[in-house]
Amino acid sequence: MRAAAERMVGPELENRRAIAASVARDIPEGWHVNLGIGIPTLVSDLVPEGREVLIQSENGILGMGPAPDDENADPWLINAGKQTVTLLKGASLFDHATSFAMIRGGHIDLCVLGALEVAENGDLANWSTSANDTAPAVGGAMDLATGAKRIWVAMDHTTKQGKSKLVSACAYPLTAAGVVKRVYTNLGVIEVTARGFELRDTAPGVTFENVQAHTDARLYRFGVAD
Amino acid sequence: MIEKRVATAAEALADVKNGSTVLVGGFGQIGHPMALIDGLIEQGAKDLVVVCNNAGVGRSGLPRLMYLGRVRKIVCSYPRTAAVFSELYAAGKLELEIVPQGTLVERIRAAGAGIGGFFTRTGAGTLLAGGKETREIDGLPYVFEKPLKGDVALVEAWEADRWGNLTYRGSGANFNPVMATGAVVTIAQAQRVVELGDIAPERVTTPSIFVNRVVAVPYEYPYPAIEY
Repeated sequence: MRAAAERMVGPELENRRAIAASVARDIPEGWHVNLGIGIPTLVSDLVPEGREVLIQSENGILGMGPAPDDENADPWLINAGKQTVTLLKGASLFDHATSFAMIRGGHIDLCVLGALEVAENGDLANWSTSANDTAPAVGGAMDLATGAKRIWVAMDHTTKQGKSKLVSACAYPLTAAGVVKRVYTNLGVIEVTARGFELRDTAPGVTFENVQAHTDARLYRFGVAD
Repeated sequence: MIEKRVATAAEALADVKNGSTVLVGGFGQIGHPMALIDGLIEQGAKDLVVVCNNAGVGRSGLPRLMYLGRVRKIVCSYPRTAAVFSELYAAGKLELEIVPQGTLVERIRAAGAGIGGFFTRTGAGTLLAGGKETREIDGLPYVFEKPLKGDVALVEAWEADRWGNLTYRGSGANFNPVMATGAVVTIAQAQRVVELGDIAPERVTTPSIFVNRVVAVPYEYPYPAIEY
């Protein structure tokens, strides 16, 4: 499945690349990072030049490199989105038990996931839209959401219908409870803290009031007391 | 002389019984034993429980096995890869057990390693913990998961020898080495069958003890190369 974000063109892709670039800038050198499907997949190509970050793929890769051009693609080497990838020097390949020992054993510094909803208490819903889903599919989302040292979400701030994806409580079935630490959207960067959503940064031309208007939960100014 | 090589997929699969639980390796189409699945389609066993990370792609392989009504239940982390699965599931013609990917591989590993189950944090507090034993360990909620054993495992290797030692290529290991340990009978399709000793001992990923039959299936590229 080609990641949805990669099928997009024009402003929509640019918008998503901007979110991914913002995530990539905040990843320190030396971190081991797993990237979910969608906007998170775009992060790997946007890590600043010269910064060594090891990207892990759940299907058994540590140290993924940039996407190959068609000529040099190795069909046996794919990422979690089933796209062909390359390896950095120093990369390693392994089986699923080892891969999920990394994920479930708390060895992954950061996992960046897409989401359907994030709640102000850090609850994450990103695998199913109802208890009677017509074709549920969870993949590695629950393992990653529970096992990684920290979870950041990268997503559009609202649905295509304009509904906020940042909510006071998730309506969709949870992937994991209380795990999201930070959310990157097209409107800004939101920290999830003990008191709820704190707006740390805004996209160019966006105000605190704009973000609050599109957020279905109370928004605080980052680090500023009530 | 130990000889695990068999000439054809048909011969390798001849004794698969109706109602078998079949572990099928692969992540997407990589390391996915298409020739053995085709052989299973020909062989005719039905009422199967298929354990595989995905439900296949397009209309051949697992989707064809499901389309032919030979699969009673699929145990899967991400089945939403084949339209055939979605249609049969929506029509109530296929049971689904959805399992988080890490829990899926660990349940198979437990079966292969003689472990009677394990507690994991994955899935705690979600729909997938429904009906399962839970326990608080060091202040955190855990869910009990049981081992998942196969009657047969179908795996795909890069190289194999007549004892059944296996290597894998690229991201083609994925579920295969674990599934090879988790079934009563493990059948490997290998792109290259080599002489004993040609695989350096340090490169053996699946030791021969876990493998019962080896079928040579040389082909150029994973099929379909990259379809979805």
